[in-house]
Amino acid sequence: MTEYITRMGDGRTVTMTREQIYEDAMAGMADGADAAQVPSLSDEDIEQIVDIICNKNRIVAVERGHEVILTEDGGPHKFMLDSGSCCNGVEMGRIDVMETIERGIGFDTFELTTTDYSIKPVKPIVGPEMTAMQQAAMRLTVPCLYGAMPNMGLYYSPDGAHLNPADLMREFRIEEAQQNAEAAAEQLTRDIVYVSESMMSAGADGFNFDNTASAGDAEFVATLRGVEQLRKDYPGAYITMGMAAENVLGIHGEIEYDGQIVAGLYPNDQVKLCEKAGANIFGAVVNTNTSRSFAWNVARAATIVKDCVKNSNIPVHANMGMGVCGVPMLETPPIDCVTRASKIMAEVACVDGI
Amino acid sequence: MFVAHYMASGMGGLRTSGDLVARMQFTKKMRLNEAKEYVAKKLGVTTFEMSDEQIMRELREELRIGVVTGVPKAPRGISAKMNIEDLLGIKMNSCEFFRSLINKR
Repeated sequence: MTEYITRMGDGRTVTMTREQIYEDAMAGMADGADAAQVPSLSDEDIEQIVDIICNKNRIVAVERGHEVILTEDGGPHKFMLDSGSCCNGVEMGRIDVMETIERGIGFDTFELTTTDYSIKPVKPIVGPEMTAMQQAAMRLTVPCLYGAMPNMGLYYSPDGAHLNPADLMREFRIEEAQQNAEAAAEQLTRDIVYVSESMMSAGADGFNFDNTASAGDAEFVATLRGVEQLRKDYPGAYITMGMAAENVLGIHGEIEYDGQIVAGLYPNDQVKLCEKAGANIFGAVVNTNTSRSFAWNVARAATIVKDCVKNSNIPVHANMGMGVCGVPMLETPPIDCVTRASKIMAEVACVDGI
Repeated sequence: MFVAHYMASGMGGLRTSGDLVARMQFTKKMRLNEAKEYVAKKLGVTTFEMSDEQIMRELREELRIGVVTGVPKAPRGISAKMNIEDLLGIKMNSCEFFRSLINKR
């Protein structure tokens, strides 16, 4: 029986028969449909996914005319930072990197970021960041946003002023944990408004809230409130909200946005709140399971994202960096899987962008 | 990874018309096909042709909306964006900011 070269979710090369790939794709789809409570893919969708995975070429691509928009997160620091993990460690100026990617790598948008890629660390350096934003806005032709993670973890002790809900919950101080999460959320919202509006006043086309809800449901609500205010003050701002994970962790458990408890929401419901708050583009995330095959992971991701795209009124861009939406979880994601996942998201899940 | 996504499914940014389609997704919350159709109509090409480097390279230079190669005197950056505003019938915050910096006589 013919064996096809494919990979596991951690990037290891394995060989599987077409039947095994089909079975894994069906199992991944069923898991995704169950987790997010969304419909299964059609038989044609699954056959298309299996055909793409079994393509014997090293890389694959969409048909001409099926291209999608590429946005990104991390900005020039994906190229510059030497973090010991995922960045390239190239020492050059930020705007030089941005022009290189605009003109050399064909991205449709880009963003300015700072080394410590979170809202809170931008506050004390907001002046120089506004100067850099002004220069970037003058030099780039593609839409140029400023990007930072809300990262509410920085507002808890030992880094921040509020007690850490995880520590409090271990001591069964549940109400106190919720109060601290709410207080941190209020502070984060104020900082989001301050930083994002500072950048808009310096010529940014918009703001990318990356890795939203990394600290759970209270962070998601804080970011939604910040986006709401930014939209009121800058009606023309380009606002992207990209998520941290496929579902919102219920660290608080009961916090609401617009009358809805946000803990546990999956992309098809997350997108509705982001739209309500005023986002223009929603970045959907589906986590990669490293011990499952690429077929299992990418079919699961396509199932969840396809329903999100179908039920959204705003463009949906699938987050497709390392370890999300079918892409294996390693620092140098293999291009055979990246291109296959990219094509599957564009042609099966029908995303508006990546 | 940027390169892999561009090769697999990217519109091409400044090489073609991806930045223009992205602007309509942001400005009017247009979904992909609607944004492509809007931009294609403004460019006077089909939605298939708008991702064709051979067609778009010359058209972008002619429309003065920024080109990816080093063409002397061709607008890029803020000057190209101001021409894109006119082409697409939109306003951009970066251009509004630039206009606010100028002492008009």
